[in-house]
Amino acid sequence: MQTQAIQSTSVHHKKKIRWSTFFRYVLLTVIAFLMLYPIIWLLGASFKSNAEIFSSIGFWPKHFNFDAYVNGWKTGTEFTFGTYFINSFKIVIPKVIFTLSSCSLTAYGFARFEFPYKNVLFGFVIATLFLPAVVTRIPMYILWKNLDLLDTYVPLIANTIFAQEPFFVFMMVQFMRGIPREYDEAAIIDGCNSFQVLIKILLPILKPALVNVTLFQFLWSINDFLTPLIYISSVEKYPISIALKMAMDTSGGVTPWNQIIAMSIIGLLPSIILFFLGSKQFMDGIQAGGIKG
Amino acid sequence: MKKEQKKVKGKRKYTGLIYIAPWLIGFCIFTLYPFISSLVLSFTNYDLISKPKFIGIDNYIKLFTGNKEFTKSLIATLKYVVLTVPAQLVFALFIAFILNFKLKGINLYRTAYYIPSILGGNVAVSILWRFLFSGNGLVNQILETIGLKSVGWLSNPTAAMLCIAILKVWQFGSCMVIFLAALKEIPTELYEAAQVDGAKKWTIFFKITVPLITPTIFFNLVMQLVNGMQEFNAPYLITQGGPLKSTYLASLMIYENSFKFYKMGYASAMSWVLFIIIMLLTTILFKSSNKWVYYADEGE
Repeated sequence: MQTQAIQSTSVHHKKKIRWSTFFRYVLLTVIAFLMLYPIIWLLGASFKSNAEIFSSIGFWPKHFNFDAYVNGWKTGTEFTFGTYFINSFKIVIPKVIFTLSSCSLTAYGFARFEFPYKNVLFGFVIATLFLPAVVTRIPMYILWKNLDLLDTYVPLIANTIFAQEPFFVFMMVQFMRGIPREYDEAAIIDGCNSFQVLIKILLPILKPALVNVTLFQFLWSINDFLTPLIYISSVEKYPISIALKMAMDTSGGVTPWNQIIAMSIIGLLPSIILFFLGSKQFMDGIQAGGIKG
Repeated sequence: MKKEQKKVKGKRKYTGLIYIAPWLIGFCIFTLYPFISSLVLSFTNYDLISKPKFIGIDNYIKLFTGNKEFTKSLIATLKYVVLTVPAQLVFALFIAFILNFKLKGINLYRTAYYIPSILGGNVAVSILWRFLFSGNGLVNQILETIGLKSVGWLSNPTAAMLCIAILKVWQFGSCMVIFLAALKEIPTELYEAAQVDGAKKWTIFFKITVPLITPTIFFNLVMQLVNGMQEFNAPYLITQGGPLKSTYLASLMIYENSFKFYKMGYASAMSWVLFIIIMLLTTILFKSSNKWVYYADEGE
């Protein structure tokens, strides 16, 4: 659009535009560098010796040293870091699967059917979006305690079976509203029942939305610190987030920062990999989904 | 024919309810029940061992008398929100604005800018943050290199608050993505018209862009306010509420009282006070919104 507007103007103006493009790249690069430098530096630091970490602001290590990874992986406990990794996945994978299925069903109900009190109920979905979790946390803890399910993964996962993450329900409803109803009607004429319409017609079209839900739920769950902190008490069940915190606490005397940094980097890897696998669809999906105010 | 249609409609009436049934059951178990239960608990004394004892509004009286720890914690929380939310929104909007330029390779930049937020919530980052801001950490090393004095980030109350606030602002990505989506919705004709009229870049930004995305600004503002008021990870992991309780945010205080000291009733009262403050602030925002939020499609 810019080029069109400029076509008729002078060479001087063109030069100005080229300068402004150049300026934009410089601005973008400088800010990106500032934003990412802590992460780049930390990546470098994970290969440094503990002494070098505190003496240089450059990110490139003088000598590459893999000790931090080797020793960090062993951890100060009887388990290796691998155990905590697997634990995290034992929580995250069921959460993602349950969220995808329960939120699709709920969103389908709200987006495609009329039923009594629908608006009131959808109002509740929106209200829970803004409801601070802090009010419900204590009674939930007491409930799980009475059911004798503390120190299991059930309290961490159960709410996803019941589509209790309004952000995802809301997002899927928005996506579904964007699909013309004629698709459903055509499928019904072809003899599909309403569930088949969801499975065969809507979900394939909703793939970007499902990718988004997967990404967000994965990242939020693997990053979640407070919930496992409250519910998980035995070391062998710790997810990555709690294990990292423990590594920082239990290392008495000189903190082996290089080991903690190395394990932090490993802890970040699943999120980074998943983000890059899904980033294109993620960016497109956010824009197509129209998360609007 | 008509009769049949009615029959179908009658059947569909229940179909919808069946699909939302899991959510509805979950809503009762995971939201409605604990919501009411915590209000009831806030009027009791309960340590998880003996039965809850009804004590009227004693918990609430205790919160605002005595050593004023809770009041101080609420003030710290508000300070944190005031420091982080506007800065985060302005920063996120600014970045979204420059990422909306049509340039080659812009997607690469978008990814790069989003990384801090992908990782930001991770415990690893909080740990690393604590390290970056430690006595001889990277931040102080840089300050010394450019000839400034190093700062006791974790020992000075103001600096500690600033340290966790910077982390929050650094995690601007989710706001930014939502802004970016909104910026894309603005019809390019509007910009073209303004350019033809000879409007300056910044005039265009403030007179056209900002007014058109006020609904998104509002959404982000409310979400960040609700989140910011409940911030837990940063003060717990980085500053441990210190020094001198300067970063002892409400969420941290509620956590300690409930899951460390098992004062379930007392902590429930705190969470209700926090909840009411959040609701008040959101209501004020909603009330003010018809003054400054502009909806293009009012009918919907």
